[in-house]
Amino acid sequence: MSLIALLGTLETGLIFALVALGVYLSFRILQFPDLTVDGSFPLGAAVSAILIVNGFNPFLATLVACVAGAGAGLITAWLNVRLKILHLLASILTMIALYSINLRIMGRPNVALLGEQTVFTPLEALGVPTYMAIPAALFVLIVIAKVGMDRFLNSEIGLAMRATGANARMARAQGINTNFYILLGMALSNALVALAGALFAQSQGAADVTMGVGVIVVGLAAVIGGEAVILPRTVFLATLACIAGSLMYRFAVAMALNADFIGLKAQDLNLITALVVAAAMVLPSVRAPVKRALVKDKRVVGPLK
Amino acid sequence: MIEVQDLRITFGAGTPMETPALRGISLDIPEGQFVTVIGSNGAGKTTLLNALSGEAVPDSGRVLIDDADVTNWPTHQRAQLAARVFQDPMAGSCANLSIIENLGLANARGRKRTIGPATGKALREKAKRRLARLELGLEDRLDDPMELLSGGQRQAVSLLMATFNPMKILLLDEHTAALDPKIAAFVIELTRTIVEERKLTTMMVTHSMRQALDVGERTVMLHEGQIVLDVSGDERSGLKVEDLLHMFEKVRGEELDDDTLLLG
Repeated sequence: MSLIALLGTLETGLIFALVALGVYLSFRILQFPDLTVDGSFPLGAAVSAILIVNGFNPFLATLVACVAGAGAGLITAWLNVRLKILHLLASILTMIALYSINLRIMGRPNVALLGEQTVFTPLEALGVPTYMAIPAALFVLIVIAKVGMDRFLNSEIGLAMRATGANARMARAQGINTNFYILLGMALSNALVALAGALFAQSQGAADVTMGVGVIVVGLAAVIGGEAVILPRTVFLATLACIAGSLMYRFAVAMALNADFIGLKAQDLNLITALVVAAAMVLPSVRAPVKRALVKDKRVVGPLK
Repeated sequence: MIEVQDLRITFGAGTPMETPALRGISLDIPEGQFVTVIGSNGAGKTTLLNALSGEAVPDSGRVLIDDADVTNWPTHQRAQLAARVFQDPMAGSCANLSIIENLGLANARGRKRTIGPATGKALREKAKRRLARLELGLEDRLDDPMELLSGGQRQAVSLLMATFNPMKILLLDEHTAALDPKIAAFVIELTRTIVEERKLTTMMVTHSMRQALDVGERTVMLHEGQIVLDVSGDERSGLKVEDLLHMFEKVRGEELDDDTLLLG
């Protein structure tokens, strides 16, 4: 793999780390299987792209994309908590609706951003090749997002959100308005995903209505794969696992596609992704009996056992 | 103070599965009173507790706490007045959160939650002080996940969480039923101490007739969604478990075959 290809993989991996963090928030924190992301990712791309080609500041465009993503998450959450539609179905409905909405926003299936000002344009002035500067800038952004997320999830509001997903009945008994926290969490989750979509469109030079297909599976692959290598005992480790998982996934895919002897081609990407996720999901249950046989149960025994 | 006026709840109304759970319950519990509630399965004990905590919405009737009509308040809003301990020790806390994080949740009950750290130094101090009184050694295990604790330990922490912040009413839903006798006795003692110290208005649902008479100062018996016995004072202190059993058989008009009521 060449250096440019390597850095390109890093760049994509870092952008999708935002998706992983969003998916972690919905799937893991709220226990809300949210497929909205397949729509909110291209929504972020569409909103930012159309604003940019119409002359808006790319940073403002990206911010508006986040707000749009948050709105998509809110709609899914609202369908679930207010209209009592099953969470999975609610998210599928929003995702399907977003396909039409994204087409409406762009007015056509795709919008090219070549030659336009993007959030990455200022990096050109640094005198470093952009294929190096962009991953570096994204790395800083991801670190900020991770630290922010860690602090949020350890705040009183974040803790209430974690309790909402883990034990809703107990959360209500502790005075937590679980509906509010589901709405808030879903908005945050999809804002992150839309941000990833906006950044992806700007780094790839185009927004496309089909670019959201399978984003949820990629996000899940990152979350589950990350958890397989970093045990998410604390919030700090869990968010770290998301980022690591996203990078691992991208490099695994790049490697698989680069290894000519396997005979895999770019069109096999989604098949590989599905296999990786399936393997990662089975892995813990295969690993557990082996681990149990090797390590003694380390549960702490105290009084009143 | 709790005031329940002609509370009625029917599950599955208008369907073939229609079951009346509460059929006109009226009850006045003055401030600081400890009431035990007994009844066979399906008598409506838990539904009554659910109606008080807000988890069950009544078809008709009213619930007043300290003269405020809370009938239409959602659970989370009532939580600032009424705290609850569940029967299942696993239900009262979050398994994958640490002890201090669980207490952090309880610590913010009754006020607006902020974006500030949930488990700051002040909380750790308060948590250590309160946990030390349980004499379970938990004050040194603040960062252990809740799932490492035994059922009895978790129930003790649940009780601590319920009473962590100032509140008025304590609702106990057979909170010792899932524990073995020795630990159940410990949790009951703990309950007594806390209720006495804090002068809480308490309603404890129990399956054990002995517990119903030994604990608290008033006993209410439910049967098929109605109150069939309400004793306190001298009348209650003269009652034995056998007397309670006789009354039970009388209201049911049949021999008692529910073993769970005889035990304990």
